[in-house]
Amino acid sequence: MSVTLKMDFGSYEIKGFHDEMMGDDGMVRSHYKLFQDRLKKMGMKKLTMLQHETDRAQLTLGMTFNVYSDNQGVERILHLDIIPRIIPGKDWDIIDKGLKQRIIALNMFIHDIYHEKKILKDKVIPKELVLSSTAFLKQCEGLNPPEDVWCHITGSDVIRGEDGQFYVLEDNLRCPSGVSYMLENREILKRTFPELFEKLNVRPVYNYSHNLRDMLESLSSVSNPSIAVLTPGIYNSAYFEHSYLAQQMGAELVEGRDLIVQDEKVFMITTKGLKQIDVIYRRVDDDFIDPLVFKKDSLLGTPGLFNAYKKGNVVLVNAPGTGVADDKAVYAYIPRIIKYYLGEEALLPNVQTYICAEQDDRNYVLEHIDQLVVKQTDASGGYGMLVGPKSTREQQQEFVQLIKKNPRNYIAQPMINLSRVPTITESTIEGRHVDLRPYILYGKELKIVPGALTRVALNKGSIVVNSSQGGGSKDTWVVDY
Amino acid sequence: MLSRVADSVYWMSRYIERAENYARFLDVNFNLSLELHPNAKEQWKPLVVVTGDSELFEAYYKSGAKKNVIRFLAFDERNPNSIYSCIVNARENGRAIRPEITKEVWEQINSLYYLVKEGQDKKYWEKKDPRKFFDRVKKGCQLLYGILDSTISKTEGWHFVKIGQLIERADKTSRILDVKYHLLLPDPEMVGSALDLIQWSTLLKSVSAYDMYRRKYGKLTPWSISEFLIFDKNFPRSILSCLLGAEQSLKSITRSDQGSFSNSAEKKIGLLRSQLEYADINDIFGSGLHEYLDDLQLKLNQLSTSIFETFFSTKNIVNLSSKTFQNGKTQ
Repeated sequence: MSVTLKMDFGSYEIKGFHDEMMGDDGMVRSHYKLFQDRLKKMGMKKLTMLQHETDRAQLTLGMTFNVYSDNQGVERILHLDIIPRIIPGKDWDIIDKGLKQRIIALNMFIHDIYHEKKILKDKVIPKELVLSSTAFLKQCEGLNPPEDVWCHITGSDVIRGEDGQFYVLEDNLRCPSGVSYMLENREILKRTFPELFEKLNVRPVYNYSHNLRDMLESLSSVSNPSIAVLTPGIYNSAYFEHSYLAQQMGAELVEGRDLIVQDEKVFMITTKGLKQIDVIYRRVDDDFIDPLVFKKDSLLGTPGLFNAYKKGNVVLVNAPGTGVADDKAVYAYIPRIIKYYLGEEALLPNVQTYICAEQDDRNYVLEHIDQLVVKQTDASGGYGMLVGPKSTREQQQEFVQLIKKNPRNYIAQPMINLSRVPTITESTIEGRHVDLRPYILYGKELKIVPGALTRVALNKGSIVVNSSQGGGSKDTWVVDY
Repeated sequence: MLSRVADSVYWMSRYIERAENYARFLDVNFNLSLELHPNAKEQWKPLVVVTGDSELFEAYYKSGAKKNVIRFLAFDERNPNSIYSCIVNARENGRAIRPEITKEVWEQINSLYYLVKEGQDKKYWEKKDPRKFFDRVKKGCQLLYGILDSTISKTEGWHFVKIGQLIERADKTSRILDVKYHLLLPDPEMVGSALDLIQWSTLLKSVSAYDMYRRKYGKLTPWSISEFLIFDKNFPRSILSCLLGAEQSLKSITRSDQGSFSNSAEKKIGLLRSQLEYADINDIFGSGLHEYLDDLQLKLNQLSTSIFETFFSTKNIVNLSSKTFQNGKTQ
């Protein structure tokens, strides 16, 4: 007698979190109805089989990344859980509007900081806080990038709290990564659940690479500009993405050593001599792009690149210096930044943030360190972070010392119970915490493709979704139904 | 095309061809060992000798036993030329030029990688009969070249693939031919004996030349076999045919006319090719086939160095271009 394991959501736990599939009443939310029906019909065995197929597909596609802290050469796969995160179109439209408002304001902020610094003079943000940021680059003062746009590509981290409300957790304005996973995850899921794509009206994301190329071209005054993606090289953890994007856009994939600056212009070294480059989508951090101006010992950079940029002979995307707006201490002021430049209230709220540089906030943080999430202001990737309620006393004490020693370097936020999405575990399906990273393109116009990378904390109870810390990913479906 | 990328394309291709040839060596030698008289000594060490890695082999292994040689040439990551290392290197090069190759090419390199990784993880060298593995490697490499051929535009990148493949193949054919020099006959009197003939026909089979040779010459003789593998213009694995193909691709890149050259790589390949065109197998046997093949391998190495200096060395290219700049010429 054969036993078919039926999918049973009777024992699926919600307990106190916002679950993207199930309402608080234990009923499936309407935008997940069709998908859940499909799951129930399929049974656990078939679902597990589909998951295995996906794992194999990822390997063959070479969607691997290297983890910095690991031994070099260890290749990992960003695990793709095949149960999608589904967002109703009307919710998406809120995110879309909110992010556009935010990016416009942040871009005005960056431009202002590198020119008149009005917002500092008007004392909306403490001057020292901004100018002491390691991401503030004095060398960028007075520069005018094309269209006055600095942050061309942003990947903001959006989360949904237990109240069902969306918040912006971080603005990644430097070199946000992950968009290739958004695109490849979709390709894979179209193979996994073709019949659902036929029935559900999932908004498409495929035109992202076209939009990206159009945006990059629009920044150059040259007709038919030559475009390159600058990568630190094959050992970088995001190399798969760099090569993927170059390939999708038909751009050159270059490393610093492929480039040379002559006559204040940037050339790449080809088998037939030197060829000029007009636009560089660089996936190398500010500090490393040009050893003459920034980190002197950088081997990734190209001497003279910054000067060529200053002279307007090459466009750098994102513009150097944008990091000043995603310093985690500046983050706390973003609602005020939006109000200051646009005269509007922020459509997407911030998560409450305590700035350790300010005495009252600092005292609160030190007293409540076991309840808060503490973050280093210039770190990313889940590094330099303390999750208070999940940490040991020693870890907490370590952060107390760190904060006292250098308060400017730390902020703290209440621990937010990120919403959860059903996720395949070894034997069953359980809720796991997720965030959401949409990608915003800003050239002559602002564009956001209706999709995102949903990152999921695969470990039970964990809220850290970073790929370097046990996170996986999900495809994100924006549906109109 | 970026110089660094062209370099990687060239080496990716060489590594794939090398892996395929090693799989051929091993497969054929395995077959040969089955045809020997049960008391005859199996000869595996000559395979290591012709790859030029004997010193390395002796550093890690005590004896030239079958298992050791198979492990060293196929699976040992300490041997930079083992099938395993070649595929890993090809994949690393492929990764570096990902935008230049198609998805299908990349996926095939990846599946080759997982094949050799499995072989290493599961210790295939301890298998009684690892021929299935060699066959899968050989077919996997052939499939890869097939995909390259049918999905990549015939522009610069494709020509560098060709050049890499053909130079590697010329080198390997010369080495396979040299195996015979190292394969010992129990007694000098046995030249022309059944054993001798088995060895020669094995050699032909290892470069898939047996059928084509039979059609052209019929009878197996050392002279005709050597002539076929070195000088035949039409057989795709003969050394001359490889050089002709590589020269043609080189000229497609530089657009030089036939009979002229615009850089040292073209000069070297033209010279080598014409030396082969005017050579005679009897002269070669007179002065020693082994010595001739040794010299050929040296010249192929020099050719590879010239290709590097002409197309891949960024230092050279920047120096040249800077001179052009100073002369006021633009690109």
